[in-house]
Amino acid sequence: MRPTAVAAIVLRQSYLIRGSLARVLPLFVWAAIDIVLWGFITKYLNSFVASGFNFVPSILGAVLLWDFLIRVMQGVTMTFFEDVWSRNFLNIFATPLCISEYLSGLVISSIASSSIGLVVMVVLATAVFGLSFFVYGVMLVPFFLVLFMCGIALGILGSGVVLRLGPPAEWFVWPIPAIISPFVGVFYPLSTLPPWMRCAAYLLPPSYVFEGMRTIVAGHPPSHYGILLGTGLAFLYILLACWFFARVYRHAVRTGLIARYSAETLN
Amino acid sequence: MSKALVVTQLCKCYGQLVAVDHISFQVGRKEIVGLLGPNGAGKTTTINMVLGVLTPDSGSIRVEGVDITTQRAQALQRTNFAAVYAPLPGNLTVEQNLRVFGLLYGVRGLSERIEGLLRQFDLEKFRDTKCGVLSSGEQTRVALAKAMLNSPQLLLLDEPTASLDPAIAQDIREKIREFAGHTSGGVLWTSHNMYEVEEVCDRVLFLSHGRILLEGDPKTLPHEHGKASLEELFISVAREPLTLEA
Repeated sequence: MRPTAVAAIVLRQSYLIRGSLARVLPLFVWAAIDIVLWGFITKYLNSFVASGFNFVPSILGAVLLWDFLIRVMQGVTMTFFEDVWSRNFLNIFATPLCISEYLSGLVISSIASSSIGLVVMVVLATAVFGLSFFVYGVMLVPFFLVLFMCGIALGILGSGVVLRLGPPAEWFVWPIPAIISPFVGVFYPLSTLPPWMRCAAYLLPPSYVFEGMRTIVAGHPPSHYGILLGTGLAFLYILLACWFFARVYRHAVRTGLIARYSAETLN
Repeated sequence: MSKALVVTQLCKCYGQLVAVDHISFQVGRKEIVGLLGPNGAGKTTTINMVLGVLTPDSGSIRVEGVDITTQRAQALQRTNFAAVYAPLPGNLTVEQNLRVFGLLYGVRGLSERIEGLLRQFDLEKFRDTKCGVLSSGEQTRVALAKAMLNSPQLLLLDEPTASLDPAIAQDIREKIREFAGHTSGGVLWTSHNMYEVEEVCDRVLFLSHGRILLEGDPKTLPHEHGKASLEELFISVAREPLTLEA
């Protein structure tokens, strides 16, 4: 893998973000709005609970973690979409760039862009709504890691779908987190779900994060096995997403779709 | 020294349609070869295969002896292109585009190379201008500067002067002749402007229905086939390819 080629993808994204308010604002505005909205909702809920139960670490913490996954996923897809929107595939894939270099560039761009959103969310949640990350202890590290890996996998999968089906397919990509969220139990325990949804939840790495988070908030030790399984699944999904993207790319090169991408299909 | 490009028995079909039908040709060092033919003859399909963005069904493509199928990155390291239908991203400035593509091609001493190309293509004043707001002629110069970034041994130009006024087209032709004259690279050029082809190309290949019908010196080829000009020969290839084949 050539670091300069990976740097080219990251540099291109940094040029675009630097020069455009329309690209800078989405990095943190929606995440900040979510934190503010759910921050007030948790405050309101706290006012109803006589026992002194604090909703902030379980609900606002969950919102923050879930938004982090969404930012990571969008960091990958937004970088990919820049090539779609500027019709740049022919230029970029006619260079010595390998798929592994391209995907690495998307991932590193996502790390940079999602970090901005995360910092804003953490500052708002702690400073305005009193969320303390000490509640989660060291488990916060694997929680973020699993969600990061899962966001990367979803981002690469979404990019592959758009590469295969053409630019309008980006509307399949935006709702992916919303479709997954009921299954992974962002706001409720998995035991709330009917059996068939619970089966699906066990296959989704974020489920282990949110279950673990709620266990900690309830004052119990989290399941290390669960978080290990979540990490393993997330890693597997990254590999599968990369395989899917590479397969779609090879199909696009075999059929000529890369060179005629604006046609969307070759039929 | 190996040829800039060696294409052997190249074939590409889209379903029942044979876009490129077992063609073989070479581009030598310092040689400008014109790939001519009517729309749909298979020129762009051929160029896309040489660029590695389209997989051939059969045949081989070697750039400086490096096979593009088995050593894609190494082959493309030696290649670059400019095409009227592949403008550089309009939301980046001229310098940003050159820097990004310079990194993709792994150009050493990139900043100096960019400065040199900005001077060579008279783009210094557009350094910080977004490519999307440049005129067609200026965009073509940027595309050519990008195509020269890695000092390619094989330069592919798909209608580089289409939609340019004659004065700008003349400048562009001059730059490409300079490239072929001053480097060891070869050029594969497609154009529908037969006067331009006659002026620039050392050799031409006439493509029709995915096959090479004719090959030769653009200055003598028309007379060899009883035509007054290259344009007349082109029209015959487009309308009556079978008469020439026979």
